[in-house]
Amino acid sequence: MSRRDRGGEKGKAMKHTISVIVENKPGVLHRVAGLFSRRGFNIESLTVGETEDPKISRMTIVADGDEQTLEQIIKQLYKQIDILKVFDLPKSESVERELALIKVHANEKTRGEITQIVEICQAKIVDVTEEALMIEISAETEKVENLHKMLEKFGIQELVRTGRIALHKGNQN
Amino acid sequence: MTGAQALLESLKKEGVTDFFGYPGGQVLPIYDALYNEKGLNHILTRHEQGAAHAADGYARVSGKVGVCLATSGPGATNLITGIATAYMDSIPIVAITGQVPTTLLGRDSFQEADVTGITQPITKHNYLVKEAADIPRVIKEAFHIARTGRPGPVVVDIAKDAQVNKLDFKYPDKVDLPGYKPTFKGHPRQIKAAAKMISLSKKPLLYIGGGIISAGASAELKEFAEKLNIPITTTMMGLGAFPSNHPLALNMLGMHGTAYANYAVQECDLLLAVGARFDDRVTGHLPTFAPKAKHIHIDVDPAEIGKNVRVDIPIVGDAAQTLKDLLEKIKPEKSKHDAWLAQINEWKKKYPLSYKKDGQLKPQYIIEMINEVTKGDAIICTEVGQHQMWAAQFCQFKNPRTWVSSGGLGTMGYGFPASIGAQVARPDKVVFNIAGDGSIQMNIQELATAVINKLPIKIAVLNNCFLGMVRQWQELIYDRHYSHTNLCANPDLVKIAEAYGAVGIRITKGAEVKKALQESLKVKDRPVLLDFVVTREENVLPFVPPGQALNQMIID
Repeated sequence: MSRRDRGGEKGKAMKHTISVIVENKPGVLHRVAGLFSRRGFNIESLTVGETEDPKISRMTIVADGDEQTLEQIIKQLYKQIDILKVFDLPKSESVERELALIKVHANEKTRGEITQIVEICQAKIVDVTEEALMIEISAETEKVENLHKMLEKFGIQELVRTGRIALHKGNQN
Repeated sequence: MTGAQALLESLKKEGVTDFFGYPGGQVLPIYDALYNEKGLNHILTRHEQGAAHAADGYARVSGKVGVCLATSGPGATNLITGIATAYMDSIPIVAITGQVPTTLLGRDSFQEADVTGITQPITKHNYLVKEAADIPRVIKEAFHIARTGRPGPVVVDIAKDAQVNKLDFKYPDKVDLPGYKPTFKGHPRQIKAAAKMISLSKKPLLYIGGGIISAGASAELKEFAEKLNIPITTTMMGLGAFPSNHPLALNMLGMHGTAYANYAVQECDLLLAVGARFDDRVTGHLPTFAPKAKHIHIDVDPAEIGKNVRVDIPIVGDAAQTLKDLLEKIKPEKSKHDAWLAQINEWKKKYPLSYKKDGQLKPQYIIEMINEVTKGDAIICTEVGQHQMWAAQFCQFKNPRTWVSSGGLGTMGYGFPASIGAQVARPDKVVFNIAGDGSIQMNIQELATAVINKLPIKIAVLNNCFLGMVRQWQELIYDRHYSHTNLCANPDLVKIAEAYGAVGIRITKGAEVKKALQESLKVKDRPVLLDFVVTREENVLPFVPPGQALNQMIID
């Protein structure tokens, strides 16, 4: 380490997926969200839901920052009394998924092409009307974004994404 | 028993003897339970902010958890400054607030405020209690969290129906907090690496903070420094942790630190930080802080390590335990750092703390005299501003827990109510509150609390009719634009003291200072306000302008 970066000059910012295991108590989401905002950490997405144990919830947070910021995020999260465990989930060691619902304009002329794109992207058509199709995709973030891009030219009416969830591969937990 | 009674029983189980509070609608059941309570001394302050600061001062002096109590809504929000002050300085307090009944929660009811929401960023943890049966467990947890690991404030907000409802009281023996396990013992591998780094160092410097005091590590620190011949510089929060007149003491570093401490930081080859957090008032311009040094950082809070400064060897652990473990691993070599200490002594001789003696009444002289008449045995509380920095520079400390000052938050109006807490905790000690004329007016109503409780606190107001520290910045950085810092309409503080039933003395000449201080020490049954009319435009020096390196000080 050079002396110059002792003062915490910014390193390379990267997106990180952080898993946060919390006690399922009121206010815990507020604690986590408040911590991110007051310490100036950026959240790209945050999902939360019960785990196999109903007393415990799992948050998956996608956050932006360099290595030092990530370390601070994890340490600050650990200080919260209701937080049991915090870990970074590197892409290579985990399975990541995101669910999106995309409502896209479709008519007789375009419906076929859209259906083809949906098939190639391993997405699903879940609702059909005369003027629109609703498409569901569950995939890695990049694939969701790719489908979104492919469908843009048809005119997207509405789009909703759940944010990323992830689990360690294999026996690790 | 009712929830309110269970609360008082729980406080007694935690060893609480004194606490500070102010009644109101949503804590009426608690005050009713207090009506016949003999085992707890409740001190009524005249403002909830006073209660929070008093609990904090009590905690700093006694080492116990301080307790304050207030009603819902405005009562609770008036505690906020006090809770934030305790949070920034890692002081263990438990603040109990009443809350509207559960049936009225969330409806913008009269005197309702979202206390757990508001206090979330300024507490170590907080609770909203809706069931009477939860009170013993929550109080047990609150005290445990407040006093262990890195200490800090915990808020317990209790809905009125939970205070009224009945429960079977059984106080839990232990806490069950799976998400809270503070580290006590440092990692052996890190300790070994640190020991090696210390042995190799030629110019080591201990940089210690309030963590030494909260860990009760003064004795371990002294042994460590003396055996290894390592000089010590102290943050403002660490004052008292190491004797000021010790040959190895460099006293305070940072923005208003001693020149010799700041030069030592910039020259050392190893900075050994213990219970300190590299605050901006300490480091100045971060990239040029201690530029030649390797860094070892010992702290009980892992999040402090690497927060502001990257360190070479981090050790998470209790300060006392870690210093002991570390000392075992290092072979002391007599006269090892003699050249380094000689260099430091040269700086000490060349750049001592000083001020111009020009016949006017100087604030620094008053601090020197307070020190002389109390022989360094008093508990010194301060407000925030120039007087605080002069007190930090010119007071000589012998023991930990004798310095009570708002470091992190820098809260004006803190010192006087904190001195009430200090005097309640230590009735045997002389307690001084060193104040400015701006700060003292922020919680002056607590004179009533001090008078009714016969607390012989000495309030030394260094009265320059200015918000002196802001004025100093305006002079040095803002072209002498004294924008709204002139307090020329100050009231007669002697008359105010007398109106409350305290003693008031005005001092205008240097020759009167010692006598007035000695007079004040004779008063044992009420507070004394000493109104020192000092020279108006004195500056605190040395001064490291913000954003500058520590060796770029203005010395005189």
